[in-house]
Amino acid sequence: MPLLAIAVLAAITYAFRIVGPLCRDRITLPPAATVLFADAAAVLLIALAATSALMNGHDFAGWARPAGVLVAGLLAARRAPFPVVVVAAAGVTALLRLAGVG
Amino acid sequence: MSPLWRTAGSARASVQASSSTSSSGSTLARDVALVCLADGLVGLSFGATAVAGGLRWWVPVAMSLLVFAGGSQIAAVGVVLAGGSPFAAVAAGAVLNTRLFPYGLAVADVVGPAEGSGSPGNDARAAGAAGAASAIGEAGATGGAGPGPTVKRWLTRLLGAHVITDESVAFALRQTDPARRRAAFWTCGLSLFGAWNVAVLLGVLAGSMVRNTNAFGLDATFPAVLIALALPALAELRTRVSAGTGAVIAVVLTPVLPAGLPVLAALAGLATGWRPHRRTTKHAASAPTDPRGKNRPSPSIDPLTGER
Repeated sequence: MPLLAIAVLAAITYAFRIVGPLCRDRITLPPAATVLFADAAAVLLIALAATSALMNGHDFAGWARPAGVLVAGLLAARRAPFPVVVVAAAGVTALLRLAGVG
Repeated sequence: MSPLWRTAGSARASVQASSSTSSSGSTLARDVALVCLADGLVGLSFGATAVAGGLRWWVPVAMSLLVFAGGSQIAAVGVVLAGGSPFAAVAAGAVLNTRLFPYGLAVADVVGPAEGSGSPGNDARAAGAAGAASAIGEAGATGGAGPGPTVKRWLTRLLGAHVITDESVAFALRQTDPARRRAAFWTCGLSLFGAWNVAVLLGVLAGSMVRNTNAFGLDATFPAVLIALALPALAELRTRVSAGTGAVIAVVLTPVLPAGLPVLAALAGLATGWRPHRRTTKHAASAPTDPRGKNRPSPSIDPLTGER
């Protein structure tokens, strides 16, 4: 990841942040747009979670990782504390690998 | 930034529970500390995973300082670690951060310095005077006031914008009193900036010392964090359908498309759940290409058809 890419992402991100404080009197955002932003973020996060849980490069990542992520996801859905979710993901995956699951 | 709308949500609940009578400074400090702790864990995992995946140590560090938006940092690094191009990584991160734009509008009144006083944390009278105050700010910017206070005011505003995150906005919006809104925003924003960057640095150190992070299941924490981040946004069926469709699209395309693109293609999943106006429904499939223009209220020109 080159420094230029980081700089570009930083600039874009900062631009999103600064527009509101600078132009609050001139912009009214339709509620539908706000909802769409939120939906787009959720779709990206879940898609990225799915691909990074299941795939390694272009291939299937094996069962250990998705199993750990599944357990973590269920815990998160049950409102488990965040540290528990993270530790469960790593713990289940590590134990499965220790037991010889790919 | 990131973690835990849920954490921020529970903090918010406790703030509300203690109600207007005693949403005191100590309650705020405790809630902010809890959020910093949760985010610190994510930062730790982010730094360790990035370095363990082969990125140079300064990549996660520079991102955390300059981008300071956890979800997009994790997404961008995830795309790169999967073999995606820097362009795809930037695109994924940028789309995730579009939400900072409405956030900026929501907290615009507290991001800048308190008008009239020139320093944060002292604007008991700014509540009803927000419009007038901004007029003062702009007059000052064009040379009304002396250069010193004007420069300071702008620097405060520019700095404040950088610490607009899910958490700082959530904290600010829970407060009704303007002075408390300002205090909540700045306390959370600055604390989080410190906690996040320290945590990422520690994660980088840990990640570069451990040889085989896969044995510890560290690769599973990445997707787990992403799910935890997205969960609060999945309350509505519409969003769940969109996200599910997007996930299927991304996974199915991963073997055949260059890395990074499948995740962006997942945005097509928005079309399944998105029906903003009846008259634009027929264009729903192209929603991801122009989300802003498309969802303007009906009087504006439809960017796709040119019709009013």
